[in-house]
Amino acid sequence: MIKILTKIDGINNILENNNLLEIEFEKNNIIKIFNELKDKTELNFNQLLDITAVDYPSREFRFDLIYILQSLTKNKKIILKTFIKENEKIESITNIHKSADWYERECYDLFGIEFINHPDLRRIMTDYNFEGYPLRKDFPLTGHTEVRYDDLEKKVIYEPVKLTQEFRNFDSESPWEGMENKLFGDEKSSDDN
Amino acid sequence: MKEVELNTTTINFGPQHPAAHGVLRLVVELEGEVVQRAEPHIGLLHRGTEKLIEYKTYLQAVPYFDRLDYVSPMCQEHAFALATENLLGINVPERAKYIRVIFAEITRILNHLLNIPAYAADIGAVTPFLWCFEEREKLLEFHEAVSGARFHAAYFRPGGVHQDMPEGMEEKLFEHFKTFPIFIDDLESLLTNNRILRQRSVDIGIISKSEAIEWGCSGPVLRSTGVAWDLRRSQPYDAYDQVDFEVPVGKKGDCFDRYLVRIEEMRQSISIINQCLNKIKPGPISIEDNKITPPKRNQMKKSMEALIHHFKLFTEGYRVPAGQVYSAVEAPKGEFGVYLVSDGSSKPYRCKIRAPGFAHLQTLDHLSKGHLMADIAAILGSLDIVFGEIDR
Repeated sequence: MIKILTKIDGINNILENNNLLEIEFEKNNIIKIFNELKDKTELNFNQLLDITAVDYPSREFRFDLIYILQSLTKNKKIILKTFIKENEKIESITNIHKSADWYERECYDLFGIEFINHPDLRRIMTDYNFEGYPLRKDFPLTGHTEVRYDDLEKKVIYEPVKLTQEFRNFDSESPWEGMENKLFGDEKSSDDN
Repeated sequence: MKEVELNTTTINFGPQHPAAHGVLRLVVELEGEVVQRAEPHIGLLHRGTEKLIEYKTYLQAVPYFDRLDYVSPMCQEHAFALATENLLGINVPERAKYIRVIFAEITRILNHLLNIPAYAADIGAVTPFLWCFEEREKLLEFHEAVSGARFHAAYFRPGGVHQDMPEGMEEKLFEHFKTFPIFIDDLESLLTNNRILRQRSVDIGIISKSEAIEWGCSGPVLRSTGVAWDLRRSQPYDAYDQVDFEVPVGKKGDCFDRYLVRIEEMRQSISIINQCLNKIKPGPISIEDNKITPPKRNQMKKSMEALIHHFKLFTEGYRVPAGQVYSAVEAPKGEFGVYLVSDGSSKPYRCKIRAPGFAHLQTLDHLSKGHLMADIAAILGSLDIVFGEIDR
């Protein structure tokens, strides 16, 4: 199967990792690649399981865009991966896999990745009139606004988040197997002495 | 300019409606009583689970999975546990594998015992609801016996299961599943040949084989179309390769077939549980590596090493080697997958949850086109929609 995959244009890198193929591809060839993966009888990746992204804010190509495909006839799953920049757009694959519709909407909603030629690119998970992209790493865990029912106005109102205590993200990471740098005054602790 | 008169009515269904199975808002366009378009608005139960998990250690992330599809909690923990174990490169002991399979199957029965009567209630039958809830309660007692909680169990953890089954549990399970098939027969006598149920579900919401695959359907929805696809069979995990079972398939892919598939799946689950009970042997229930699973309580009283391990595990957690993995299990509703990215720290860098209901609900517009408004309730019920997992 790997041999056939390497022949497809735009596929750069194939990694086999316990029964799962991880493939990096060129984003400009996306339509062609997905068509071939679906139509070639030796591959027949006919089911799109998921589309998602991973945010790496420090990188130039900020997002890893992940497609998970499954072939029911060949009993195989593959992960396809491409890298895109923050304001870059990518071609939608809704014409190839119908299920991509909501998956792409979700990706747009939570990461702000835009898909060209998507039939109905709206937010899906977040509230009506929501601003920001929650799954980006620079979006705070607490969000920006909170809602409550106001008894005087007799309606639900939006307010900036008020925390009675600063959000604390404990960084408990410390060396598990003992420290590498010797502490001051502890020079004689090792067996060498 | 020509004037066109539209004879359609747009109505808003939900988010507070008993047949919406939670918080589904549907905008339905009707011509008379015939559905032209049904557009689901989801996200009203969006709690940001994926974001929250990024701020928790791997162990702390487990309880979030109970709260996704809250009618089949253990199957989802299973997917997360498998994904984490895959990244850690560990293999759980034999007994833990069997316990997991037993409880995954109990969870499947629990799920179907809720879905079938809820579906029946949507189209007019009330009694099955009462009957099934009594049976569910008995099964939930087994959940409680092993984990201490009826629903939010947090029982399947990376490295094995939390604790061993209490003494005598195997016999109790065996006894219970001796009589349980009679209950399924009783339930079927109420429903399967019921005229009203058949009229409301045969030929309603038909989906073809190729469409089901195209739309990303899995589980009973896919199998009802005649595709014998079951991850327990095709990509077995834990002890599923040690047991024999059949994969029930439907013919037409309508609401009635989906109901029949679920009934038969319960019978197969009983057979799986019985086989596991015959094969299970005493032994450790989680890997004996205190870097990943906590030490025993009595060890902690005596050993400083054990105490340190315990403290480090519940503060920092364990570090997972960098990498990515996609692990999927056959949850009662379909393929439930976890795509996990680790950056080598003790917290997941990204955890994407693939919920089967998300893909199923997407087909609703397609399934309900041309049917009556009342059929939407039937179709929704037969798709087994739970908003905890769809909205995440």
